[in-house]
Amino acid sequence: MQIKEFLKKLSEASGVSGYEASVRELAREEFSQYADEMRVDTMGNLIALKCGEAAQEVPRRSIMLAGHMDEIGLLVTKLEKGFLRFATVGGFDLRVLLGQEVVVHGRRELPGIISTRPPHVLTTEEREQVVPLDKLFIDVGLPEDELGKLVRVGDVITLHRQFTELTANLVAGKAFDDRAAVVCMASCLQHLASMKHTWDVYAVATVQEEVGLKGALTSTFGIAPDIGIAIDVGHGNMLGVPEVDTVNVGGGPAIGFGPNIHPLMYSRLVETAKAYEIPYQPDPIPGHSGTDAWAMQVTREGIPTALVSIPLRYMHTSVETLSLKDLERVGRLLSLFIASLNEAFAKELGLSNIPT
Amino acid sequence: MLLKELSEAFGVSGHEGAVRQLILDAIKDLVDEHHVDALGNLIALKKGSSKTHRKVMVAAHMDEVGLMIMYIEKEGSLRFRPVGGIDDRVLLSKKVLISDNKVPGVIGVKPIHLLEPKARQQVMRVQEMSIDIGASSKEEAERLVKIGDYAAFDTSFSQVSGEWRTVKGKAFDDRAGCAVLIELLQESYPFDFYAAFTVQEEVGLRGARVAAYSIAPDVAFALEGTICDDLPKKRDASPTTALGAGPAITIMDRSVIADRRLVDLLVDTAQKHGIPYQFKQPGLGGTDAGAIHLSREGVPSAVVAVPSRYIHSPVCLLSLNDLDNTVRLMRESLAKVQELNLSH
Repeated sequence: MQIKEFLKKLSEASGVSGYEASVRELAREEFSQYADEMRVDTMGNLIALKCGEAAQEVPRRSIMLAGHMDEIGLLVTKLEKGFLRFATVGGFDLRVLLGQEVVVHGRRELPGIISTRPPHVLTTEEREQVVPLDKLFIDVGLPEDELGKLVRVGDVITLHRQFTELTANLVAGKAFDDRAAVVCMASCLQHLASMKHTWDVYAVATVQEEVGLKGALTSTFGIAPDIGIAIDVGHGNMLGVPEVDTVNVGGGPAIGFGPNIHPLMYSRLVETAKAYEIPYQPDPIPGHSGTDAWAMQVTREGIPTALVSIPLRYMHTSVETLSLKDLERVGRLLSLFIASLNEAFAKELGLSNIPT
Repeated sequence: MLLKELSEAFGVSGHEGAVRQLILDAIKDLVDEHHVDALGNLIALKKGSSKTHRKVMVAAHMDEVGLMIMYIEKEGSLRFRPVGGIDDRVLLSKKVLISDNKVPGVIGVKPIHLLEPKARQQVMRVQEMSIDIGASSKEEAERLVKIGDYAAFDTSFSQVSGEWRTVKGKAFDDRAGCAVLIELLQESYPFDFYAAFTVQEEVGLRGARVAAYSIAPDVAFALEGTICDDLPKKRDASPTTALGAGPAITIMDRSVIADRRLVDLLVDTAQKHGIPYQFKQPGLGGTDAGAIHLSREGVPSAVVAVPSRYIHSPVCLLSLNDLDNTVRLMRESLAKVQELNLSH
């Protein structure tokens, strides 16, 4: 797998929360090259199992990796005089929507534009106001009757943005949150193919994270792993945002700690990074991490959970920016962590004995 | 399609060279003479077939609104300002290309997660924005860009199709006018046809002013890609123009009161040939005609435009039906312009 090419493919695919099918197919294609078993659960989570190398009869412990494949998006709510009104799916800053190109997934895919009014017609007061949702329209350039035949209420809409390579190994695009994690999981599986690991690895591309960590909730229950790691994106350093709120893009994986993270999972990840000289960044998270880790941690009787974040600028816009180097490092860190898992660590975590 | 190449070409006001070259290649075999003047206008002459002939100037501007790099921060981000009229609000979360080297960059914004609820209701000013090219230091950025570089939106042209034959792309204001003017040069005319592809319209009709002086035309037309504002609205004031309703004829805008005889010629021609047309709602916008009609002792001038939604933003939309009808309307009207009585 080529990290850049796979990220481009995933980023340009469409998968608004609840409508992740086409992204799932791309992930399936990649994961299945390294997995022993593949399945899709009731909610639509893609689950790849790569078995550990213990004797067949011996029950094995397991780790679950979770990265979500859904993206924030829009939904048609009304057809009005040849234009579309819409609602948001997930957390949007309405200010980034003006003049964006979109794809309306109607009877066929229709390229569209989120309307703007030309500056010539605007009053000074109007230019001082953030355009509210009830004054935003999507235009697919079709007359009213034609539009009615191709689009209906409930059709999903994705932002359109081609993957862009910036300088210094940075890339920009949409839905890196959290397709970048899907890339990291594939990279981890790829590394593991040439490594020895005794624990089973479940790599899970989850659904509906952006609307409430829903896929992680059910997939963690179904898998019932011994431990879990969520892979998500973390706010990257950018002009105008205090350093306390960010981690450095290109600075390596951000390893979370705080109430959502098991302290021994954190320290083991840090030790692994140190041992293999992978640059990393401690990432203090005082409460809700806003990631799949939040749901994983309280599944069943509770699961020791960690969070590894990919530094990313401009989250929830169509120009999310990250460093390809960080993706490579996350994949490597995860694989080395997994290869290091043993019964001694299980004891340290206080995991119950493996049921026989 | 030539409109695609024109739309995707880089030509912010003051930096129209790439667009000019594209147009020159398209017209050089269609005209008798051409030259580029001191400001960068491309002026082409197609000589008339009749003995006594008028000089008719038809202008379309090559420049587009865009950005200029003003300052490089020590962290490698680029501060910029608009060139021409751009609403600050359309800039966030867009991709741009910087200079003729087309260095890609993105205009980022603080993520919603880190915004106070009040900040979400505040318009972000261009002064607060920056372009991220991936550089992490001033030195790294300076290897790719320099202060004073122009940046344009990176928008690819594509067909949307449907009954209106809609297309989308950037800079239809005024590459649509350029496309119409190039098409008009395919024909022969009895009068001397001066095609002026002008510069710097968006920063004050600068190119048209000197082009009109040097041509000294008897009659002039400006071709535009003009404002549509035909979205559903609470108060149903008339839109400026409507997509798909045909070429827009200007009665009056901020810069010119169109010559009534030319307006009548356009309207009569449209009616005679069954070409759909509409009037642009008076009062809004300025065009090259604003500079041309005041050249020397004055020039009777009119404006015909292809309606285009979302001009002065990263992506616009127009109907090829409207564009074709603009060509037809101009062609048929020009055929009669020699007969027009222009004395008062």
